[in-house]
Amino acid sequence: MTTATRLGAAMLAAAIGLTAAGCSADSTGSDDTSSTPAAAGSVDLRMTVWTSNEDQLALFDSIAESYRAEHPEIGSITFESLPFADYNTTLTTQIAGGNAPDLAWMGDLSEDLISSDALVPLTEKLQDTEGWNYDDLLDSVTAEFSDGDELYAYPFSNSPFALYVNTDLLAQAGQTLPADGLTWEDVSTIGAAVNAATGKGGFVLRDFDYASWNVLGTVWPGWGAAAWSEDGTECTFDSPEMTEAFRFLHDAAFVDGSMPGPGTTADFFAGDSAFTVAQVSRASLLDGSFAYDVVPLPEGPAGEYSVIGQAGVGVLSSSDHVEEATDFLAYLTNPENAALLAQYFPPPRESLLTGEALAANNPKLTAEQLQTVVVDRIPDAVTLPNHANPAEIAQKGKTALDAMWTADADVEAVLGSVCDAIQPLLSR
Amino acid sequence: MKAPFWTTRRRDALTGYLFITPQLIGVVVFVLVPVGLAVWYSLNDWNIFRGELTFVGGENWAALLDDPQLPSVLGATAVFSGGVVVLNISLGLALAVMLNRRFRGVTVFRTMFFSPVVVSVVAWTLVWGFLLQDNGGINAALSVVGIDGTNWLQNGNTAMVAVIVTQVIRSVGVNMVLFLAALQGVPGELYEAARIDGAGDAAIFRRITLPLISPTLLLTAIITIVGALQAFAQIAVLTQGGPGLSTTVLVYYVFQQAFEFNDIGYGSTLALMLLTFVMLLTLLQWQLRRKWVFHEN
Repeated sequence: MTTATRLGAAMLAAAIGLTAAGCSADSTGSDDTSSTPAAAGSVDLRMTVWTSNEDQLALFDSIAESYRAEHPEIGSITFESLPFADYNTTLTTQIAGGNAPDLAWMGDLSEDLISSDALVPLTEKLQDTEGWNYDDLLDSVTAEFSDGDELYAYPFSNSPFALYVNTDLLAQAGQTLPADGLTWEDVSTIGAAVNAATGKGGFVLRDFDYASWNVLGTVWPGWGAAAWSEDGTECTFDSPEMTEAFRFLHDAAFVDGSMPGPGTTADFFAGDSAFTVAQVSRASLLDGSFAYDVVPLPEGPAGEYSVIGQAGVGVLSSSDHVEEATDFLAYLTNPENAALLAQYFPPPRESLLTGEALAANNPKLTAEQLQTVVVDRIPDAVTLPNHANPAEIAQKGKTALDAMWTADADVEAVLGSVCDAIQPLLSR
Repeated sequence: MKAPFWTTRRRDALTGYLFITPQLIGVVVFVLVPVGLAVWYSLNDWNIFRGELTFVGGENWAALLDDPQLPSVLGATAVFSGGVVVLNISLGLALAVMLNRRFRGVTVFRTMFFSPVVVSVVAWTLVWGFLLQDNGGINAALSVVGIDGTNWLQNGNTAMVAVIVTQVIRSVGVNMVLFLAALQGVPGELYEAARIDGAGDAAIFRRITLPLISPTLLLTAIITIVGALQAFAQIAVLTQGGPGLSTTVLVYYVFQQAFEFNDIGYGSTLALMLLTFVMLLTLLQWQLRRKWVFHEN
């Protein structure tokens, strides 16, 4: 091949690239929000979810069927189940490829979607929908999915983190929970005793695995610490409160032996540890092979606190059927359907949040447990750290924080390096 | 009289083109078009959520120089690729030489060393991930002989070694088979003549075996280097690039930038840099073949 031929081939490829890129960018920028009535059966809606639970999908299908019966213009409503581990990447790739869904579940991607105007504002629509009762939504659960007073996604799942206790293991080690309130120091002391007596793990922060550091956001509020300032512009990993919180975790892993160290697998639900911090929705993993209790998160030096993990559902502004999708969202989340969804997901509506109501559909936890760890906790709960560009912040933070998980780590210096790594991203 | 259009030469040419057409279509659709797109994306900032493509010229290329993580990533890539190539080729050659003899059970050994090649990379790596855990099978085996094993994947010094060894054990069988085929192609009379001349094993290996299998050495060097530079699943499953950046190789970094951080422009720039590395290395080896490949002299 001559140089001229090579050059020609490269230019051809670039030209094809240009054309295809142009098509791709255009196709994601569709803005067809026409309000003219659609022909019968002409609108197909697709919603991406990360659940593959057949009962949950059946519930969504039945709600969609009811909606279609009242709306002849809707041809089909499909719930596309994507694997949870790759959900953000898959959804983003669909959006980039011009194949965005009309509605989507979202977790930590919400900030990016809201700041990019990729979500349809919902407040007016929901307030104007008869019987929807917008004021029933708790302020603490809508903040994460709002920009100012505008709501961009309905927080359908608000699952508080709680402390699960394997009371069999505690009994084997001759330990009991203190009657006057549990602190993190108590958890570490009892966990170390269980570890020494039984060889099982003390306390496990589920899904942390010394990698997903945002899960530590279930611990550090006990010390009054936060990952960054409220407006999200200043890293506060190097604060004295955070330093103390990490000293506690580091000692637990490398001095007291109350938390299994890095690279050690210990699954609470398989009976491998005395305690675990996990969302209330994980109670379904309890198989009755050991006696357990579920209590609110322990107190830290800064006192009581509670944390929730949230999921929202919103309408993508790139949808060809924004109006129909928004209307379906209002139907899916109206008080009647919200009560149905509450079987599986702790609801954002105050009227549905009672221990008895939640216990009716939760065979693993008692009404009293649900009242103390869910109902009483949601109104004042904080969420796990969330920020625009979550994946890059998580990765840069992890890269710096890896140095924390060795026995001789300099806690203060490592936390300083975390701020060095993520501050440029917070400042963008 | 007018000459017929379909001369033998033209017919042959058409036949040839028809044979390469399927491959050509594949190369255009799956190589040239994506490379062209990558070039275009590298000159743009693509906000995926807004669907906006903004031309930024050489900004993404300039960002290569300002990226504080890139030197570590390139270092990890060099260590991983170098480690895999040296270990894979030397082990593959050693196994081939050992198994190029006639002894009872030789076929069983050949099958045993080749069988990991047919195992899925992800399945292989997942199992090794469990074995390499702090409380995993390797440390349990070491404790039997009184050795307190380290936390292989969490230790910055051992994570890369663990990833390299995992990769080499899985893929060494391919090079072993290629070397075996090459060794069996060396004429026996050359060895016979050398022995009559009084040459020892080392001299025979250096003076006869190595020169005669040098074309295969070139082939294995190229495919092993290209394969090492493309290794992704091993890193994604075993270490996710950690601890720190110790095992973040270039391909994994490209994936992070483009698909996790949604920076398609910078990710494309890094991918083109990787493509350039692969092409340059292959070109260098191709040029050097005249110096050390026997048949090229």
